Amino acid sequence: MDIPIAKLYRDWNSFSILGFIMYKGIGVISWEFISEMPKDGMTKGGIYPAIIGTFCLIGGSILFAFPIGVMSAIYINEYTKHGYFRSFIQLMTSNLAGIPSIVFGLFGMSLFVNQLGFGDSILAGSLTLGLLVLPIVIRTTEEALKAVDDNFRQASLALGATKLQTIQRVTLPIALPNILTGLILSIGRVSGETAPILFTVAAYFLPKLPSSIFDQVMALPYHLYVISTSGTNINDSRAMAYGTALVLILIVLILNLTASAVRRYLSKKNNIN
Amino acid sequence: MTEIYPHKIESKDVNLYYGNFHALKGISLSVEKNTVCALIGPSGCGKSTFLRLFNRMNDLIDDIKIEGECLIDGKNIYSKEVKIDELRKRVGMVFQKPNPFPKSIFENVAYGLRVNGISHKTLIEERVERSLKQAALWDEVKDKLKKSAMQLSGGQQQRLCIARALAIEPSVVLMDEPASALDPISTSKIEELIYELKSQYTIIIVTHNMQQAGRVSDSTAFFYMGELIEYDLTKKLFTNPSDTRTQDYITGRFG
Repeated sequence: MDIPIAKLYRDWNSFSILGFIMYKGIGVISWEFISEMPKDGMTKGGIYPAIIGTFCLIGGSILFAFPIGVMSAIYINEYTKHGYFRSFIQLMTSNLAGIPSIVFGLFGMSLFVNQLGFGDSILAGSLTLGLLVLPIVIRTTEEALKAVDDNFRQASLALGATKLQTIQRVTLPIALPNILTGLILSIGRVSGETAPILFTVAAYFLPKLPSSIFDQVMALPYHLYVISTSGTNINDSRAMAYGTALVLILIVLILNLTASAVRRYLSKKNNIN
Repeated sequence: MTEIYPHKIESKDVNLYYGNFHALKGISLSVEKNTVCALIGPSGCGKSTFLRLFNRMNDLIDDIKIEGECLIDGKNIYSKEVKIDELRKRVGMVFQKPNPFPKSIFENVAYGLRVNGISHKTLIEERVERSLKQAALWDEVKDKLKKSAMQLSGGQQQRLCIARALAIEPSVVLMDEPASALDPISTSKIEELIYELKSQYTIIIVTHNMQQAGRVSDSTAFFYMGELIEYDLTKKLFTNPSDTRTQDYITGRFG
């Protein structure tokens, strides 16, 4: 009987946090807030560059992590045999998921920013965030592929299809709705992470939009951190902080809803359940 | 017709091991062209494993060892120069559980053609229609070819799977208990179909249903514990079996 209570507590908790931020932040949100540059030491104006920056980082990291993650999962699940090698890769993937995000940040800084010379840039930040969500994509894709009934694979092979054709035409389309779950989780994770972008891309104050992938950008979570801890005037920018938090949550919410709508549409099209 | 090789399908002293388990013990059997051969026997006797030798579906299983020769039209399908996907285009298979793809009815039948590089639209349409007619499904689905195959009944799905297998024009069709998951009416439709198809294809069918083996097959093989106990014309095997184990099995004393 304690499980429903725990669930109730958790739900109530998340609703109360959301409600609190909504209550504090809704008054700040206006068209100016989401479409203008910050002004007056970030106590006035908007958060437009941070919104664009966050979208750039979401797009960049997904572009990097999604294909590599899906291909890795296909390799693990469809090509390796059960045994030590597969278990080893799976263990390493889990380990990767357990690494603290600040370590990814420092790793990204030393490899992408310094060694490869990308500098503080969208590219370096996206790659770092991509590495962070890679294990999520791999794990969920692996589960999605595992859930595809082997009968479909056998039917395809028995018709003279090659293994690659079977994966492309049968296995992947059936697994796609579940693979999208990985994408949803990744987007949520990427948009909220602060530590990995701290040393790789995020700008303290940069009131202009990026013109290439080698530019720095502002990003919502880092902006939130800045205006609530080390801004020029924390008390004056408090309202901005609540507004920023609300915008960040809404972006994640909208992206998640869109992805789950696509997911629902695809599984209806597959019509397996 | 003058045939250089008297038998369409032949196995010569085939042994198969799953790890240490000796699943098929020295099986030699031959099936004539354009006949139906039924494989019967209790569960785990090796009849499905034997069936899957001929399109090399057993190759998908890890840790398997196959000895001996399997010949189709006199050629050993386990020799190195045989490409497995080429072989499977000539040997169609229908599975126990109907397993249409979650695609439209049309795309299900067209699948085998598409993966074999056929993209000519009218050719695909012709083949789909012909295959569905051969599988006695055309009249039921001709107005809803774009609908999902998952909406069909179990019996229709199984006939769709047969059409899908026929579309790539195989010469041999393997059936692994194709009617075991179906109701009696669907079953009789499948059986009629097998009878019709015999004129163009050589068919091997695994079945648990003794009456079904008696109705559809020309020859019957009785498997027990990985051995081929008896192989004879169906009439002979069911009326006058020479082995007492066959006698016991077909009269329902075990299995």
